[in-house]
Amino acid sequence: MRTITYRDALREAIREEMQRDERIFILGEDIAGYGGSYAVSKGLFEEFGEKRVRDTPLSEEVITGAAIGAALGGLRPILELMTINFSLLASDLLVNSAAKFHYMFGGQPEIPLVVRMPGGGGAQRGAQHSQMLESWYAHIPGLKVVMPATPYDAKGMLKSAVRDPNPVLFIEHELLYNVKGEVPDEGIEYTVPLNRGEVKREGQHVTIITFSRMLHLTLQAAEDLAKEGIQAEVIDLRSIRPLDIDLIVDSVKKTNRVVIAEEGWKYYGTGQGLAALIYEFAFDYMDAPIEHVNSADVPMPYSKVLERAALPKKSDVVNAVKAIVPQALVHG
Amino acid sequence: MKTVEMPKMGDTMEEGKILRWMKQEGDSVTKGESLAEVETDKVNIEIEAFAGGVLRKILVPEGASAPIGAGIALIGAPDEPLPDLLTGNGSARAAATTPKETEKGATTPEAPAQKLEGLLREGTVGYSQGTPQQPGLQIAPATESFERIFISPIARRIAEEHQLDYSRVEGTGPNGRIIKMDIEAALAQRQEIPAVPLPVQVPVEETAPAIIEAGEVTEIPLTAMRRTIAKRLSQSMQTAPHFYVTSVIDTGKLADLRRQINEYAQKEPDPVKVSFNDLLVKAVALALVRMPQVNVSFAEDRLILKKQVHIGMAVALEQGLIVPVIRNADQRRILDIARESQRLAELARTGKLRPEDFSGGTFTVSNLGMFDVDSFTAVINPPESAILAVGSITPTPVVIDGQVVVRDRMKMTLSSDHRAIDGATAARFLQEVKRLLEEPFGLLV
Repeated sequence: MRTITYRDALREAIREEMQRDERIFILGEDIAGYGGSYAVSKGLFEEFGEKRVRDTPLSEEVITGAAIGAALGGLRPILELMTINFSLLASDLLVNSAAKFHYMFGGQPEIPLVVRMPGGGGAQRGAQHSQMLESWYAHIPGLKVVMPATPYDAKGMLKSAVRDPNPVLFIEHELLYNVKGEVPDEGIEYTVPLNRGEVKREGQHVTIITFSRMLHLTLQAAEDLAKEGIQAEVIDLRSIRPLDIDLIVDSVKKTNRVVIAEEGWKYYGTGQGLAALIYEFAFDYMDAPIEHVNSADVPMPYSKVLERAALPKKSDVVNAVKAIVPQALVHG
Repeated sequence: MKTVEMPKMGDTMEEGKILRWMKQEGDSVTKGESLAEVETDKVNIEIEAFAGGVLRKILVPEGASAPIGAGIALIGAPDEPLPDLLTGNGSARAAATTPKETEKGATTPEAPAQKLEGLLREGTVGYSQGTPQQPGLQIAPATESFERIFISPIARRIAEEHQLDYSRVEGTGPNGRIIKMDIEAALAQRQEIPAVPLPVQVPVEETAPAIIEAGEVTEIPLTAMRRTIAKRLSQSMQTAPHFYVTSVIDTGKLADLRRQINEYAQKEPDPVKVSFNDLLVKAVALALVRMPQVNVSFAEDRLILKKQVHIGMAVALEQGLIVPVIRNADQRRILDIARESQRLAELARTGKLRPEDFSGGTFTVSNLGMFDVDSFTAVINPPESAILAVGSITPTPVVIDGQVVVRDRMKMTLSSDHRAIDGATAARFLQEVKRLLEEPFGLLV
């Protein structure tokens, strides 16, 4: 299998889907001639033309509303928002329109809308442009929220998202676009379902649940732990909603211990919601309270040094695991 | 600083009285050493140190009582400061009840207390006295005798599945929480001791006791298994009034049947050899189904009739004995029983029995026939109420139709707990066993 970047995997998914189905079009700020802020749509304007690759005004509310309207009208839009931070301007449309219409109008309209947008920090974008806001949307029934971490999953899940009849928020990460990974050759058809997590590494001492960019730090942490004899099982959620709780419970039954490693803040976030579900469904299998690894509970600092201090690190994951895995279990 | 707590030494125990301190304040103690002799509602027992150090403070003086779980002493480093609360005078009062309160406590019915404790264990009702981070302060006043045990959900689940009393397991997790590993270690230790959940301390990391040669005697300190045998069988003899009924069995037909079964069984795809003991187990199991009043436990205020028949078989080991259990022996085919008993005996000899292999028995068979024993009486294995002691099969002259003929005969003696079983019941049970062994087709049909 060849190795390509996350960015290229996304572009391939969009191109292959657009070739497959004429109703699919993409829209967003600077996505046409410029190729998008993160160069995901580069070349698509040349291939598909301005009817299907549309630059929009700088107004998230307008373009999200237009995309929802197009979906209602029978098209299948892929909307790119420059970051998830700007989606807050369009959140009324996402929460009150996209997530609701199918339910409020007797199941008649479908909204086959994909909203692509990166979240996360680490590139010195400052407090307003570095946030992980997936839990805001994952709270809403009627929305699907997925966050693939590898090029393979990105391509397979974007295809599934495009084909799904529901609004899907497809959240990328600014620091994932250059991550490389194996992906089947162009034209080889595969999809990854929107409701399945995946065990990315097997282990018996602790389950580390993670998603998006934190997967890569977590896998590195698991390597370090293995050198000390601790075998961590790493679960990549891939989808925040719907959540693959069965996969998690099965793993907890085996390891009895859980660390949730995420880039977002701790309070009322994805990890805490997940922890509550684990306590609900796997309480009798727990041997220790769940450990959380998160960003510091502050707005993201602009300073490079402070930003690094605020973001979760590999060592934070290692330390969280060691806090709940007894030494004697490993060496005894 | 570690708090020595009044241990729970039986289901009905609510408090214990310190008869004698065997260590004084300032004495150094090692793990496993006896600290004090305690009187409970049933027996007098010695409390062992669960950690080494110096006995820094005695909280409950001799003659005073304390509820289970209450601190009775503190063990720590010689220079470790005592918790502030205890440097004053009122320390002993905090934990101990006055004799008057003890009397009052003794008249309190047991059932509600047990119920409350059950709720506490299930976590329905939370109770924590003092500040958990400071073990020295965890002293329950007399009116609130239950202290919360910190144990992880999976650890509690495993302990309950194996009927392990985790109140005395030392937790190695944060805040002294008992975690899965601690329970697994305790269960591994328990494997060395016979049958049923035991109200004795599970020794953690016990080192091999030193054998002392001095003058004309050799002193061999007790192993955990030997101590358990000593405690439990003494308790059985002291609390259960034993009586004995003996019967002689003609084993002629039984031997014929066994020979025929074995001829058949050796041609099985999985050949097996059936022993006399396997047939005995089956006979006893069937007799217990017909007479469930023998398949019983005495529980102070009630009798507990067991619906299932699990037959324990005493297996001698070099270092003691253990009683693995053949579950639902009444429902098993004889060949199954033979296979299961051979499997269990092998596991017992190699020390690989799991707790579920030797717990939950409802009746025990002890067979010393292979040692050329005419007959003997056995001590009941609590909480069972009866045990069958089986001797050797011996050619014996007997008178049949006025003629002296030689027949193979075997003596069996049933020990019964008279609190649960009366003489006539025991006799009828033995009669049923005898009938099944002398007309052994009853074991098959």
